Amino acid sequence: MSVHTDDTGSRIGMWIFLYTEIMLFGGLFILYAAYYHRYAQDFIAAGSETELVLGTLNTAILLTSSFAVAASVEAMRRKASSLAIILLCFAVMLGAVFLFNKYLEWSRDFAIGYYPGSDLMVDGPKGQSIFFALYFVLTGLHALHVIIGMGILCACLILTAKKRITSEKMILLDNAGLFWHLVDIIWIFLFPLFYLLH
Amino acid sequence: MTESAKGYAHPYRPLALAIAALLCLTALTVSLSRFDLGALKIAAALTIAAVKATLVLLVFMRIGKTGKAVPISFIATIIILAIFIGFIFFDIAYR
Repeated sequence: MSVHTDDTGSRIGMWIFLYTEIMLFGGLFILYAAYYHRYAQDFIAAGSETELVLGTLNTAILLTSSFAVAASVEAMRRKASSLAIILLCFAVMLGAVFLFNKYLEWSRDFAIGYYPGSDLMVDGPKGQSIFFALYFVLTGLHALHVIIGMGILCACLILTAKKRITSEKMILLDNAGLFWHLVDIIWIFLFPLFYLLH
Repeated sequence: MTESAKGYAHPYRPLALAIAALLCLTALTVSLSRFDLGALKIAAALTIAAVKATLVLLVFMRIGKTGKAVPISFIATIIILAIFIGFIFFDIAYR
């Protein structure tokens, strides 16, 4: 007995899920905007303390991994499943490099005392403490999405290797790609808000 | 010529052009942040971010090639988010 599938329905379902993600991060962006409005000078001072080089590098890494996933979907559409697997491996590897950079960045922040509740934050201006609280919540929630995305991409890798994802049956890979691209878009907005305030 | 045959000559070209543009826009936004643009600085950074997000949506996510339901519902989501932001700023600005 064949199982009924509906690719259009699956794709629309995925987009509806992405809208809930947009609202989740959107709410936090609103919080950022409201506090920026109130503590603009503190935010600008705190924003110049974040790691611009690592932030920029991570932006390039995530954009390139998004390209790799889009190319992987395109390769699969053209029945080049080996190329699709290589590109997926590349994307997952870039995701891991992104997280490693995040680890370096947060280690530095913790060493200096840029975390909520540290002596530096308690004694410093209130806006600075709020900026770093938002920084950890937003970049942390984003990093969690990167980890989940890497897990989904790894699942797609295995299913492609097992021929369970093929050019005729590739909605899972398509939807995994959509999730990864949304994670990329969220970072595109996080980057100027936390790294480019100087 | 069919669409698939036409696309076969340069299947990855739009993706390659998009990533090149995205990396250039990243370099541009980082360079602009070094200049003293005053209030324009955050507006310029967010405008470039919006252009980058649009590129990802159009080229990587192929939002325009998935029928009408997805682009319309996506725009509706963004409008709803803009309404939320708008009302919150009415509250903050005139409190």
